[in-house]
Amino acid sequence: MERTEAELIAAVLKGDAASFEPLVQKYSPRVFATARRYARRDSEVEDIAQEVWLKAFDKLKSFRGEAPFEHWLMRMTVRTCYDFLRGHQRNRESSFSELSEPENDWLERFVAAPESASDDADAAKLLIERVMEKLSPPARLVITLLEIEDRSVKEIAELTGWSVPLVKVRAFRARAEMRKILAKMTKDKYL
Amino acid sequence: MKLAELQKKLIAAARTEVLDDRVPYAFKKRITALLASRVAPQNLDLWVRGLWRAAISCVGVAMLCGAWTLFTPAAPASSTDLSQDFENTLLASVDQGDQAP
Repeated sequence: MERTEAELIAAVLKGDAASFEPLVQKYSPRVFATARRYARRDSEVEDIAQEVWLKAFDKLKSFRGEAPFEHWLMRMTVRTCYDFLRGHQRNRESSFSELSEPENDWLERFVAAPESASDDADAAKLLIERVMEKLSPPARLVITLLEIEDRSVKEIAELTGWSVPLVKVRAFRARAEMRKILAKMTKDKYL
Repeated sequence: MKLAELQKKLIAAARTEVLDDRVPYAFKKRITALLASRVAPQNLDLWVRGLWRAAISCVGVAMLCGAWTLFTPAAPASSTDLSQDFENTLLASVDQGDQAP
């Protein structure tokens, strides 16, 4: 018979490390999907996922079982991704002069007629990826959670450990920072 | 150019991105192996921590005893020690017998 999560966690806490395996198997896809939002290279994504699981194992005693294990794990994942962003702030200073041809085409189409530039074009996805890489770590995290994943301010506060007013302030600053980057991108290209 | 509109458009593009949740081959096995190698040192850590605590307690007790010995006022020279008291008490009846007329 399959053991419940609570039983698995209790077994791990008693010293049976093998009971952690089903949890790793069940939740790794979610951990990897989240990590891929913040890291590009496979090796970086794997490092984040590995760190999440090692942290989860070490801190399992602090899991009180009041909320589902998945929520607790996702909090840890988001915080690990944030630490990763803070530790890898390279590439933020580069200019937009090296935009690829499809990206340039998409921007030109947008300038000519905004409605003609498609949302799901690969070029647009590449462009937003570039913009996200230039954002500061808190701005990138808050834009991802609030705008892309469509989470509420309260949810973000729980995930990040920030207070609700701090999330609001950071969201305001993040939008301004993003507009500044977009202004620079269009200025680099069209002025 | 309308920056707010460009921002909206690009965020909409990011939303259409399908999340890639692939897990690399043997990732689970690697994590399990890493955890197994961490459990053994954890047990050893418990012992080491326990022994260090015991050692610190022993040093504390030794220092207290030392301080007690050093700072306790010396007994007056005239007073007898415990063994002398014990001997006097034990032989009290004999001594009284000797002193009797």
